[in-house]
Amino acid sequence: MTRPVFIGLDMGASRTKVVAIDDQGTLLGHAVKKSGIDFAATAAICLDDALAGAGAGRSDIAAAMATGYGRSNVAFVTSRSKTEISCHARGCFHSFPEALTIIDIGGQDNKIIKLDAAGRRQGFKMNRKCAAGTGAFLEEMSARLDIPLEEMNNLARRATEMIKIGSYCTVFSATEVLESIRHGKPVADIIKGIFYSMIQRVLEMDSLTEKVVLCGGVVAHNPYLVEMTEEMIGRPVLLPEYPQLTGAIGAALFAREEAGKR
Amino acid sequence: MAQEKQPQRKKIESTGRMMKIMSEYFYDLNAAAESPDRKVAWCTSVGPAELLRAMGFAVHFPENHAAMLGATRMATELIPEANTIGYSPDICSYLTADIGAHLKGISPLARAYPGIEAPPRPDVLVYNTNQCRDVQDWFSWYAREFNVPCIGITSPKNFTDVSEILVDDVSRQIEALIPTLEEVSGQPLDMARLRETVALSRECTELWRQVLETAMAVPAPLTFFDGTIHMGPAVVLRGTRQAVDYYRQLLAELQQRIADGSGAVDDELYRIYWEGMPVWGRLRQHSELFARLNVSVLVSTYCSSWIFPDFDPEEPIRSMARAYLGLFIVRSDTYKEQYIKQMLEKFHIDGIIYHDAKTCPCNSNSRYGMPQRLERETGIPSLVISGDLNDLRCVSDEQTVTNVEAFIEQLEERKDHA
Repeated sequence: MTRPVFIGLDMGASRTKVVAIDDQGTLLGHAVKKSGIDFAATAAICLDDALAGAGAGRSDIAAAMATGYGRSNVAFVTSRSKTEISCHARGCFHSFPEALTIIDIGGQDNKIIKLDAAGRRQGFKMNRKCAAGTGAFLEEMSARLDIPLEEMNNLARRATEMIKIGSYCTVFSATEVLESIRHGKPVADIIKGIFYSMIQRVLEMDSLTEKVVLCGGVVAHNPYLVEMTEEMIGRPVLLPEYPQLTGAIGAALFAREEAGKR
Repeated sequence: MAQEKQPQRKKIESTGRMMKIMSEYFYDLNAAAESPDRKVAWCTSVGPAELLRAMGFAVHFPENHAAMLGATRMATELIPEANTIGYSPDICSYLTADIGAHLKGISPLARAYPGIEAPPRPDVLVYNTNQCRDVQDWFSWYAREFNVPCIGITSPKNFTDVSEILVDDVSRQIEALIPTLEEVSGQPLDMARLRETVALSRECTELWRQVLETAMAVPAPLTFFDGTIHMGPAVVLRGTRQAVDYYRQLLAELQQRIADGSGAVDDELYRIYWEGMPVWGRLRQHSELFARLNVSVLVSTYCSSWIFPDFDPEEPIRSMARAYLGLFIVRSDTYKEQYIKQMLEKFHIDGIIYHDAKTCPCNSNSRYGMPQRLERETGIPSLVISGDLNDLRCVSDEQTVTNVEAFIEQLEERKDHA
C-alpha cells in the first residue's frame, strides 16, 4: 500500500456519491452519478472515478463505509454501514465543529439533524412519507413546466414576484402550478413560489437552533435556495464546500475512525 | 463486505398452549352462533365483557378479528371495500378492514380454523367509547347489517384522575345495559356469577401484569412483539379460567428465562419503550429489525392496557366502571406522561419509539408535543415513526428501517460520549 485512502459512499435514491479522503480528512477525489437501477455497478464506477481523482487505486483503500438508501447494496465496504443521518451529521460537523442544525434536502427525503457543541446528536427528523420539500417535488414541477431542472435556479432568481403554492401535496401543487400557467403568470414567478414552498415544507419539520447548515444535492445545484432560506429564517446559513458530498465525507470519516480502532 | 448479523428470535414454548386455547375459544364462538340455545355478543376490547360473560353470552371481539386481518396482511386489500361505501381511508383501519372483510365474505378465521367461515353472527353489540368514537360507528354498521341492538357506554375522556363522579356516570351506564342484555339473553343477571367473572378478570390481568413485568429483568425475557401475540387471552378470554391457567404457565416460563439469564434478544444493548399500536402486518420484520440491532423493545403502553387492578368482586359494577375509566387511552396527557415516566424508570429504558398510526389518532400520542415534553423532562431520546396498525399503504418500510437504525446510532453515540 503506497498511500492509504478512506472511502465514503453515499448511495442515495437519486444520486450516488463517492469520496476518497486521506488520513488527515482531506478530500482527494470524488464522483457523483445517477444511482440508476444497478446500484452495485454505479457504486463501482463512482469508486473508480473517485480513486482516479485521488491518484489512487483500489489497493490503496484502507477502509470504506457505505451510507444512504442503497447502503446494503455495495460490495467493497469494509465497515458496517451507517445511516445517512449519522453520516451527514459527521460530514457537516467536520466542516463546522460547533452546535448545529443540519438541513439535508435530498432527492427522496429531507432530514433535520441537531448536534450539540461536541458533535453529539440531539435528535433528528425525517420527512413523513411524502415528497413535499424534496428533490422529487422539484423534479415533478420541472416536468410539469417542461423546464430542465438545471435552469430552474436561474429562472427563480429572475422572478419579480412570487406565486405562492398553498398545498402540501405534490399532485395538488402541480395543479396549482398549471392554474397559474393558465392565468398567464410568469414562469419565473411560479418557480420562485415552488422554491419557497420546498423550503417552507422543510422548515415546518422542526425548530432551528442558532447555526444552520444546508446540504444535499438539491442545495448544491440550486444555490438560490440557500439565499431564500437565509431570508426566510432571518440569518446566514452555513454551506459546506461540497454540499452534495457531506454524507459520503461523513462515511469516509467514520471509516477512517474505525480503521484507527482496528 | 461486512456481513449483517442474522436476527435471533427466541420462541416462547408456551405458544402452543396459547394457540390451543385460542382455537378452543374460536370454535366455541362458532358453536354458540350455530346453537339455538346460546347467544353471541360482540364487545369492544375494553367494553363490559365481564357483564356479557356473566350473562352467558359467547363474546366476540371485532378488534381481535381486525388485528388478525392486519397480522395476516389481508387488511390492506379489504380496506378499500369499506372506503367505497363511504368509510374514509382516514378513519380506523380496524373498522374499515373488518367491514371490508364482511363485505367480501372472507376472514382469517376460515384460514386458521377449518370449519369456521366467518365471525359469529351477533345477537347484540356492546361498545365502550373509552377507546375512540370509531368503535361505536363500527358496531352501529353491523347493527344495521344484522338488525340487532347496539348498546354501549359513552365514556368520559381526557381526564387526569378517575373521580367518583366519573365512576358514578359509567356505573349507571353499565347498569342501563342490563335490561336489554337480559331481554336478548333471556335470563336475569346473576350477581354471584358476575362477581366470579370479575374475580377471574382481576386474576387474569394481575397475571398478565406479572408476565409483562418480567421484562424489567436485564436482559428482558420477552419483547413487545411477543406481548402483542401473547396478550390474546387477556383480550378475548378475560374473565375465564383458561386465561388464568395460561398466564400461570407463561409466567413460569419467563421466570425460568430470567433465572437462566436468557434474553429474548441476543446480547441486549439497548432497551426501548414502544408507545402506540403495533404495525400488525410488520410484526415479524420489526421484531427481526430490532433483534439484528441487539435492541430489545420490551415494554409498551399498548400491551399494558389490559392490566386492570381496579376489578373488585366485592363491588363488581363499580369496579368495572373504575377499570374501564382507568385505561391509558382515555386519560389526559398529564396522566399519560406521568405513567410513561414511571414506566421508563421501572424498565430501565434507553429510548422511546412513538408509532404515529395514520388512522388511529387516539393511540398516536406524538401529535400534541408529548415526545418533546417527555424528552425534556427525562433526557431519554425519542423517535416518531409514521405508519399504521392495519393499512400498509401508510407504511414505508425503508423509512422505518432508516429511522430506527439512525435512532440506535444516536443511542450508541450517547453511550460512547458517556
